[in-house]
Amino acid sequence: MPGQVKGLMAPFPQPNVDTDVIMPKRFLITISREGLADGTLADLRFDENNNERPEFVLNQLPWTEASILVVGDNFGCGSSREHAVWGLMQLGIRGVIGTGFAGIFYDNARKNGLALPIVSPEVRDELMRIARDPEVGDCTIDITNRQISIGSQHHPFDMDDATRAALLEGRDDTLDSLKLADSILGYESGLKEKMRVHVIQ
Amino acid sequence: MTITLYDKLVDAHKVCDLPDGDMLVYVDFHIMNEYTSPQAFSGLDQKGLKVWRPEAHLSVVDHVNATRQRDPHDDASKLLIDNLENNCKTHNIAFYGLGDPRQGIEHVVVPEQGLVAPGMLIACGDSHTTTYGAYGALGFGIGTSEVEHVLATQTLRYKRLKTMLVNVEGALTPGVTAKDIIMKVVQVVGVGGANGYAVEFAGSAIRDQDMSGRMTICNMAVELGARAALIAADEKTLAMVKGRAHSDGIDFGGPEWRSDEGAVHEQIYNIAAQDIAPLVSWGTSPDQSVPIDGLVPTAGETSTPKAKAALERALDYMGLSAGQLVQDITIDSAFIGSCTNSRIEDLRAAAAVLKGRKVASNVNAIVVPGSTYTRLQAENEGIDKIFIDAGFDWRPESGCSMCLAMNDDIAMDGERIASSTNRNFEGRQGRGARTHLMSPAMVAAAAVKGHLADVREFRNEGAE
Repeated sequence: MPGQVKGLMAPFPQPNVDTDVIMPKRFLITISREGLADGTLADLRFDENNNERPEFVLNQLPWTEASILVVGDNFGCGSSREHAVWGLMQLGIRGVIGTGFAGIFYDNARKNGLALPIVSPEVRDELMRIARDPEVGDCTIDITNRQISIGSQHHPFDMDDATRAALLEGRDDTLDSLKLADSILGYESGLKEKMRVHVIQ
Repeated sequence: MTITLYDKLVDAHKVCDLPDGDMLVYVDFHIMNEYTSPQAFSGLDQKGLKVWRPEAHLSVVDHVNATRQRDPHDDASKLLIDNLENNCKTHNIAFYGLGDPRQGIEHVVVPEQGLVAPGMLIACGDSHTTTYGAYGALGFGIGTSEVEHVLATQTLRYKRLKTMLVNVEGALTPGVTAKDIIMKVVQVVGVGGANGYAVEFAGSAIRDQDMSGRMTICNMAVELGARAALIAADEKTLAMVKGRAHSDGIDFGGPEWRSDEGAVHEQIYNIAAQDIAPLVSWGTSPDQSVPIDGLVPTAGETSTPKAKAALERALDYMGLSAGQLVQDITIDSAFIGSCTNSRIEDLRAAAAVLKGRKVASNVNAIVVPGSTYTRLQAENEGIDKIFIDAGFDWRPESGCSMCLAMNDDIAMDGERIASSTNRNFEGRQGRGARTHLMSPAMVAAAAVKGHLADVREFRNEGAE
């Protein structure tokens, strides 16, 4: 159903997971957005010999099928690399539930349709507890109504209006903003000459 | 009406409000590098769009290039570098590539070239774009989709942030630097403590800093989660923007770029300068730091299970024991470089420690000047000789290098590095690499001693 992310939650409690952990630098030597699934969380998923680490949650049943992560505080900190979001999406992740996200990562997620519901520490801890239960069923992130549902539990989450609208409409910001070209030209016409930066080639 | 510097900057750049609560802001100047821009250019091409104002952008090669020699060290990095050059040619954008005397780390190049001034809004596909707050300019990092957006529209969709004021009052004690100030702030506010905020730094200890120190402070504000950092413009700022390649062509005003007296911030922190010691990080997050004469922390009795687990994980990764003396930590490598601490002032501070001394035999020491211009300036001052005589590898090319190890400067598994950089995350300088963050002078002190060392002891020796 549009406006919803539905799937299995995986617990990923480590705090301050930075974008280099999400997408290690050696996978960034690319000019494409594609082919990043294998690199996503690579050092947690695989050992030095590229064998799966059995202790990592996404390598364990049933969480190999997870499409939602419940994460520790400050997920997505560090480098601005959008590759981290592209990689999570290519790995099949559609939602990340946390108490707060680094700003650039949050904006990158919105641009790519990755839902980042923000909940209180208490709700996050409760969802983390539930996510650890391999028997638990699918979780639903209802973006329209800003609500997470699992079993008989329903928890509201925070998401600003613009992010919610972007996720629901899946729009192209660049093309949308170009429709405002007259406003941009109007702003520019008010700039003094020395406010129009001209970089020396 | 009293307004914060942050709100003045946002108001001055607002193009229009958007129906969903965001606004469109105008980007005066936009910087690109070779690794976060390729997909932005291909996005433009796929949509058949032009660059709105090509002259308002600059591309610099810095993240993946080798610094041992000018030529790319492998085909993959060459592909990224050539791709950026081709994109700039196609779209008529200024390109400071390998061999260009203006090339270097983007956030070192921009101030050198006079491309930042008070009152500007500057965006770049790099999180450390907060650096420009040191000039009373609004600088912030953006993702690749936003790079495409700036290229096509010269604007960004923007949500106004809350503001936080961090006051650092008083005089610093000897041996304490701007790096220690910001590491202390990260400790106090916490990583992520400023998510959703623009942070303004104020107080006499901030005003006393030169522009290089102010850049170090604003640069690492992103480690708090701050999307922007700001320091009011003053006479030091105005002096710094003069006499540079772009100075005559750029003027957004001057001392009015400051918060009004009595402007209200949502959060305020007060830190006494005298309480700040030379700091080193011991863990895997920039807030995990202690004074150089301290101990690796022990989980206190009041620690939550979560905090204990985080501490144990960090100690395990770093190969350290709780309660051990910080100065007993032996290092394998020393690295001076990065957009945080590779300016001429940083090189001078490290050279003052190294002069007449030798790097310990167990240490591999590297220095990568922040830009070609900085390197030549240092060589003119004879600073290169001090580094080389001490046993440092003085790199002939500039770039981010071992700060994030995207070129061939990759630390080995378990390698322990005293580093003047900004992040000590797991794997930052190489898979399994162990980073200790500190000021450039402290890196030099550690390189000489072969273990983490107190720069204040060197000052005493020097005075004898």
